[in-house]
Amino acid sequence: MFSFQNMTQEIHSWLSSLMSETFVMLVEMTIVGILAIALFAFLGLVLVYMERKVAAVIQLRKGPNRVGPFGIFQTSADTLKLVLKEGFMPDNVDKFLYKLAPFVVMITAMLILAPIPFAKGVQIWDINIGVFYLTAISSISVIGILMAGWASNNKYSLLGAMRSGAQIVSYELSAGMAVLSIVVLTGSLNLGDIIASQEDGWWIFKGHIPAWIAFIIYIIAVTAETNRAPFDMAEAESELTGGFHTEYAGMRFALFFLAEYINIFIVCAIGAILFFGGWMPFHIGSWTAFNHVMDFIPSFMWFFGKTFFLIFLIMWFRWTFPRLRVDQLLNLEWKYLLPISIFNLLLMTLVAIKGWHF
Amino acid sequence: MISFLKTYFTEVFQAIKSLLSGMKLTGYYFTHPKNIITEEYPDNRATLKMADRFRGEVIMTHDEKNEHACTGCSACELACPNGTIKIINKFEINAEGKKKKAIDAFVYHLELCTMCNLCIVACPTDAIKMSPNFEHSVYDRRLLTKQLNHEGSKIREGVE
Repeated sequence: MFSFQNMTQEIHSWLSSLMSETFVMLVEMTIVGILAIALFAFLGLVLVYMERKVAAVIQLRKGPNRVGPFGIFQTSADTLKLVLKEGFMPDNVDKFLYKLAPFVVMITAMLILAPIPFAKGVQIWDINIGVFYLTAISSISVIGILMAGWASNNKYSLLGAMRSGAQIVSYELSAGMAVLSIVVLTGSLNLGDIIASQEDGWWIFKGHIPAWIAFIIYIIAVTAETNRAPFDMAEAESELTGGFHTEYAGMRFALFFLAEYINIFIVCAIGAILFFGGWMPFHIGSWTAFNHVMDFIPSFMWFFGKTFFLIFLIMWFRWTFPRLRVDQLLNLEWKYLLPISIFNLLLMTLVAIKGWHF
Repeated sequence: MISFLKTYFTEVFQAIKSLLSGMKLTGYYFTHPKNIITEEYPDNRATLKMADRFRGEVIMTHDEKNEHACTGCSACELACPNGTIKIINKFEINAEGKKKKAIDAFVYHLELCTMCNLCIVACPTDAIKMSPNFEHSVYDRRLLTKQLNHEGSKIREGVE
């Protein structure tokens, strides 16, 4: 199977021949940073367009169809509008926190990108505690949201931020439990090892029923963690006008908006890595011929295919289910998801110890 | 304890079932884009089909002999809640030498009309009806005051 390892190695050795080690590192960091920002911008445009199209077709509408063929330039035009808008700041806001909040949310989303393997041999930072790093960093974004809600000096913003805080703190537990159940099967926190362990089949097929339960819990919990409908208590347009970003306009609002979509991409990418094998092609046990045929599809296509399938699933949720009330939201987590995920983790441990998985 | 667990898991499974049935419907819509009901209005103007009961404006029906069924009874004028209709009558001498009431002008103020349909309900001879035409934009508001009976039209024989 084609690996990007050679390509990156060649670039590294070419750069090393030109300049000293420190400069090589700086140049490589710059390249990676530019690539990450480019990916962010691209994902923002694509995901917003995808969301609008999915929403439209589900609601029997057409969606954007005026700007460019099938409206594909609609989101670019919208971004241009947001860039040109005045960065208005209301009076009596906490100026420092108000300005800082969008960047905290955005930088958090950027940090999570580091250990994710996008294709075979494409990973910014290969650390042995990848899963732990992801769960730890993803809980920082709530600080940005609370900051925005507090600094805006607006009761709707504050209520939205508080709800978001309660929600993320609660749902991180069951998301963590679901992630742990795959870690139990793999025996490693390294994302590379987790993907390598799925070479003879993805965990969702190898792990029997506990893997399915873990996957369902994971997808529910991350929908809540990214503040999306049916768990969009943090913005709840009909109740809180816009939640924590009510007072934001122009590019600062765009950063929140972009961070929401980047977070969706990231949680779906993690879900794809843990349950669907990341960039690993669809392999079935020892069917060598079949596995070789599957290897012809490049690894980045597998990764993005799976991730976009999960993103579509979350969009499907959003445009199907009505929003939960805040007490129903916490009931769902503490009375249903958390007990079930704890028992599921026990069951998964049993499966792993007894070796019942394939 | 057992009954608690039973209700607990029944609730969970029923919840999942109801969520899945919702997703089935939206999934059906997603996979069948031909169900889309959006009308791309200015583009499909030639083939645009309005609903039968759409209320765009009040018109008076005239047949091919330029005859209408309005007797000038002004029931519509009385029924109208905001003075949209004004009927101006005249008296004609008919063949037998008798004076007979007939309309001179059926004045309709489109700019005042709320499309409530009360005039159509009130009309005893079904002389007026709602038309589906909705493209009423004009640059001069005087153009919105219309005379509904055509020039030189008269009442149909036999309508009392």
